[in-house]
Amino acid sequence: MRYVIFAAAAGAVVAAAIYAVSFSGRAPVSAQDFVNLQQGSRLQAGFRRAHAKGFCISGEFQSSGALAAYSSAQVLQSGSYPFIGRISIAGNNPSAPDLKAPVRSLALTILPDSPQQWRTAMNTPPVLAVATPEKFYQQLLAIQNSTVPEFFAAHPEAQNFINWRNSYQPSQSFATERYHSINAFYLINAQGQQQAVRWAALPLTDDVGQITDAEATDALQQEFLSRLQQGPVRFDLQFTLATANDNPADATIPWPDTNPQLIAGTIVIEQASLQDAGACNAINFDPLVLPAGFAPSDDPILRARAAAYAESHRRRAREVLMQQVTGGANE
Amino acid sequence: MNKPAVYPLAMRVMHWLMAALVLSLVFAGLTMVKSLGPWQQQLLAWHKAMGLLAMLAILVRLYLRLRSDTPKLPDSVPKMQQIAAKLTQLGFYILLVVMPLSGYLMQNAAGRPLELFGLPLPSLLNTDLALYGLFREIHGWAALLLVLLIVVHIIAALYHGLIKRDGVFSSMLRR
Repeated sequence: MRYVIFAAAAGAVVAAAIYAVSFSGRAPVSAQDFVNLQQGSRLQAGFRRAHAKGFCISGEFQSSGALAAYSSAQVLQSGSYPFIGRISIAGNNPSAPDLKAPVRSLALTILPDSPQQWRTAMNTPPVLAVATPEKFYQQLLAIQNSTVPEFFAAHPEAQNFINWRNSYQPSQSFATERYHSINAFYLINAQGQQQAVRWAALPLTDDVGQITDAEATDALQQEFLSRLQQGPVRFDLQFTLATANDNPADATIPWPDTNPQLIAGTIVIEQASLQDAGACNAINFDPLVLPAGFAPSDDPILRARAAAYAESHRRRAREVLMQQVTGGANE
Repeated sequence: MNKPAVYPLAMRVMHWLMAALVLSLVFAGLTMVKSLGPWQQQLLAWHKAMGLLAMLAILVRLYLRLRSDTPKLPDSVPKMQQIAAKLTQLGFYILLVVMPLSGYLMQNAAGRPLELFGLPLPSLLNTDLALYGLFREIHGWAALLLVLLIVVHIIAALYHGLIKRDGVFSSMLRR
């Protein structure tokens, strides 16, 4: 009898271990599934699995303090705060042509190396086509299988995204795009009161920019670098406050233009560098690295973004480590 | 020299508390790196706080181990098993130091702020991709090794408790 109990208990221990290592957290779609799909069949070792192509920027965020009543975060108190950032295009190819990319991005870490740091990764679309990670995964599959029209037909919530896509005119410069937080967040003030918000970086220049060679793969990068030589590139950081009619957990629905809007400050981009050499390359622009005074909304996509970014970060960090180890051995 | 039949009370209490803590940490860790679930962030925050607690606990445990008189295995246990038991113990102590330490350092190398109950903790490393890769891989692989050791440890304990009944199991249990 005790042999039977022993065998059963030992079997249960082994089964629990196998479950924990292999299956826990997998269903229905895991962070690994997402990143596998994004990286595609041609591995670009050492690069981000999404938004592989980009360059580093730095400068300062000049906070107006207009949001100080809503949040205790240092970055929203009036003052100047340094940032490291990255401007990028969508896709897994680090040498893709700038002008062909459907989505452009601006990511920031304000007050890097501080417990008060705030990371945000903003994209040109103001909304997402679908509201859950599982459906987003299906959307990526549809893009890969060229079945996007069928996917959109089956997902009526994608209409706002489709409307944006049909009206969107890519600009001639990274400096003249609008970049959106997409997901909503909460601001929390010293009294503990919460306010749901979204934010967007709005361009502050009238100079539409000039592409000297539209065939060049780095056309937008070149334009931005030569623009910076004339002086800093500025964006307003505009916060939109949710009203009782808005659902902070659903990134498929735009909030009305009549919602209160406040300018939190100005993003002043002063310098740029190639990403291999730049400080931004080591940073995972995880939108859930938030200081006190900020909190994530219940948007399930927001949580999934953090998990997928972390898996991408792990993979490219491992590849860079291996490159350094084997590179060192060859010298 | 006469060895005690059971571990000192402090060591037994630490053993069982840390068993619960480490098992939860390992399960949470293995789940949260895969899941896209909405509770994933909560679990991550809990994993970091409890991991820091485990870092302090292993220091207490090492201190207790070094200053306490501990039972030795009965002579009926074959030589090879005695050696295996010693190696398992050593492996546990090493991994229980490596796990929280690599966890802490990988957060440093990723440039992520760490805090314990609202108190910011110092960063010991610059933000660096290869360093992050090093400590992230150590953390991940050490966790798998730890799972393997835990499985071996539990099965060996059950073997002594249920089949052999030679007092080895109760040395960590008896009041």
